[in-house]
Amino acid sequence: MEYNVQMTVNGKAVSGKVEARTLLVQFIREHLRLTGTHVGCDTTQCGCCVIHVDGVAMKSCTMLALQADGKSILTIEGLAAADGALHPMQQAFRDHHGLQCGFCTPGMVMMGVDIARRLPGADEKTVRHQLEGNICRCTGYQGIVEAIMDASAKMHAAKA
Amino acid sequence: MLPAAVSSVDALKADSPKVWPEFGTNEVVHWEYGEAAKVETLLRSAHRVVKVDLVNNRIAPAPMEPRVVAAKYDAAEGRLTVWSPTQGGRRIQMMLARTLLKMAPDKVRVISIDTGGGFGVRSKMFPETAMVAYAARQLGRPVKWLGDRAETFVSDYHGRDQINHAQMGLDRDGKAFVLKVETLLNVGAYLSENGLRLPMEGGGRIIPCGYHIPDFYFSVKPTFTNTVCTDTYRGAGRPEANYLMERLMDKAAETYGLPREEIRRRNFIKPSQFPYKTHLGFVIDSGDFAGTMEMALEHSNWAAFEERRGRSAARGKLRGIGLAFFIEGAGSRPVEGMRVRFEDNGDVSVIAGTYSHGQGHATVYSQLVHEFLGVDYDKVRLINGDTGTSPEVSNGTFGSRSSMVGGGGVKRACDAIIVKGKKIAARLLQSDATRVTFEAGVFRAQTSSVTMADVAAAARDPNKLPDGMAPGLDEYVVYENDTENFPNGAHVAEIEVDPETGVVEILNYVAVDDCGVVLNPFIVHGQIYGGIAQGIGQALTENIVYDAEGQLLSGTFMDYGMPRAGHFSHIDARFNAMPAKTNELGVKGAGEAGCCGAPPAIVSAVVDALGSYGIKHIDMPLSPERVWRAIQESRVNKAA
Ligand code: FES
Ligand code: FES
Repeated sequence: MEYNVQMTVNGKAVSGKVEARTLLVQFIREHLRLTGTHVGCDTTQCGCCVIHVDGVAMKSCTMLALQADGKSILTIEGLAAADGALHPMQQAFRDHHGLQCGFCTPGMVMMGVDIARRLPGADEKTVRHQLEGNICRCTGYQGIVEAIMDASAKMHAAKA
Repeated sequence: MLPAAVSSVDALKADSPKVWPEFGTNEVVHWEYGEAAKVETLLRSAHRVVKVDLVNNRIAPAPMEPRVVAAKYDAAEGRLTVWSPTQGGRRIQMMLARTLLKMAPDKVRVISIDTGGGFGVRSKMFPETAMVAYAARQLGRPVKWLGDRAETFVSDYHGRDQINHAQMGLDRDGKAFVLKVETLLNVGAYLSENGLRLPMEGGGRIIPCGYHIPDFYFSVKPTFTNTVCTDTYRGAGRPEANYLMERLMDKAAETYGLPREEIRRRNFIKPSQFPYKTHLGFVIDSGDFAGTMEMALEHSNWAAFEERRGRSAARGKLRGIGLAFFIEGAGSRPVEGMRVRFEDNGDVSVIAGTYSHGQGHATVYSQLVHEFLGVDYDKVRLINGDTGTSPEVSNGTFGSRSSMVGGGGVKRACDAIIVKGKKIAARLLQSDATRVTFEAGVFRAQTSSVTMADVAAAARDPNKLPDGMAPGLDEYVVYENDTENFPNGAHVAEIEVDPETGVVEILNYVAVDDCGVVLNPFIVHGQIYGGIAQGIGQALTENIVYDAEGQLLSGTFMDYGMPRAGHFSHIDARFNAMPAKTNELGVKGAGEAGCCGAPPAIVSAVVDALGSYGIKHIDMPLSPERVWRAIQESRVNKAA
């Protein structure tokens, strides 16, 4: 049986028909064709699939599409400004060599934005701990941690 | 349930189940290097002999992108296109075309777009690739297979899985002179592409790993078991070799009552010994092994460690410090095609036989073209990863080779472009080619000048060319070198063990690497950090485990311990750059250094922390459980 879902994705109203078991990440990747959100595991461990649901980081592989009905979703595709200017978190990943193969990066960036929002001024140890649910095989995390701390500082400075 | 042989030790027992009963044994082959009898005699003559028995744990390479293959067949044209993450598609194309599907190679195209991590495992041909391609051709329909993580665990080749028994004989002064290494390699149930040769060719070529030990016997027994095949994983034989040498050196230090740095000092190959031929005939051209180690000791404040140990003890923690020296062999199979092409719009394309999947080739090649030809950095484009456009010779990216073969290829192509460019410029400037100079993108003769862009444009116009010159300024070179290069380094890890939980926390990590000339420090550091993370993963958290029936128990990220951000501290990475003398850029590969240095440095540190318990060694991974158990056992032994 199929169900209708409606949600806002990256500022646009979208709708579609899904099965009860359709995962949110499947809806995003296969129905909406937004393939920036990645799938790296099948056990909610890697965080390649992190998106924001109503402004909060979520693993989209661990939510049903139906659970997102009526919600506002932000994926990596919606993070940059309309004119293409990178979000400070994306720019910081670039500045600090926070990615190599790039597969973990969408989830890392979305998680980084969430960490910056929740824990302004978080120290290195805190950021590392907050990344518990995001695995990167390439970078050794050093550039990622530096990027999140740098972007976080810039995002808060911009707000102040 | 059929009986199974899971470990190489068990598989070699007479009564073990045979993976291939028709062979009557699980021993694939017994390779030897050196003279066994002579080495035995020398060992008997030694002042002291130190021995280690080591398990080099089985690892899942685990690129974050699970394996995937899609294929499409165009029946009218007889063309097959395959999309899959690889480390360079040419080999896959050739195997599909020639060996498996019996098609003309130019009818098979393999495309890799943004491969999500390679680490050796993505350079391989897998059965699913062949099956998907075959199905697409048979059905005339696009076919796609997407492995989930669980499937990737049981079908991607694994890495390491060696058992090493090593003995080293030393003289009165702690100078080693004889080495014997016996290695069992678990190859899995089939022969993978390269797995078999890793201990001997991968590791053996660098043994004794930066130390001068004149006599060496090496025995390698690759063994079939009922497990997933093993093959190249970042380092591919060199981490195993360095690990056993460094455990031997620590053992020797303990036996002689010498500091760990001192036993190494006494045994290093000295700068005056370069070029130095290793036992297997590879020639190390350069290095400053002792100096590199001194830098690591200095930056880790090694000398003042005991005071820090005391501070931790006051908090109930066991602090330890560990040292590892290592040497690598990088730039394997040093042949690669590289093309530099001038586009109509003024861009310059580098069409590379290498394939960047996170190593930053677009950055580094652009930087090089900018440096050599004076072309704007932003105007240089990298084209790679598609056998439809890549050069005829395209071996791909593996074995820390791209800086030397790719960078060297760019250099040679640019040199040829400048030579040809001078001839064209001479004609434009009405001068003689021998009097034309080239610097920063400008050709000059006396007071007049033309730019590289002017010359590239003129090169398209036969009227503007010297007589007999073929149009175009593009160059294609097949880079060849007769040697690889030998990166090396010294790593110091400082850790704390919580004796109540067995948890190891890394407090400080200093890596001093000699990667030769550093083309881009940002990118080389990135490679070092990533390699260290994988080495720390092997040392602390990662382990592929099978039960006695051959069932994979560590088949998801829930039970296979991928290292996370919180497992590390900030890594202090530095260089002691000794330019390689055997390639024009002076580079030494950086990709696999980290995972050679980290495992012995971490194990050395943990054993140092547990010294008061009399613990001399724990096999990797040093998980909280293993460390805690070792502590409990030693308490029981002490009480008894
Ligand atoms: S895909 Fe791995 S946590 Fe979602
Ligand atoms: S950049 Fe490759 S997994 Fe993180």
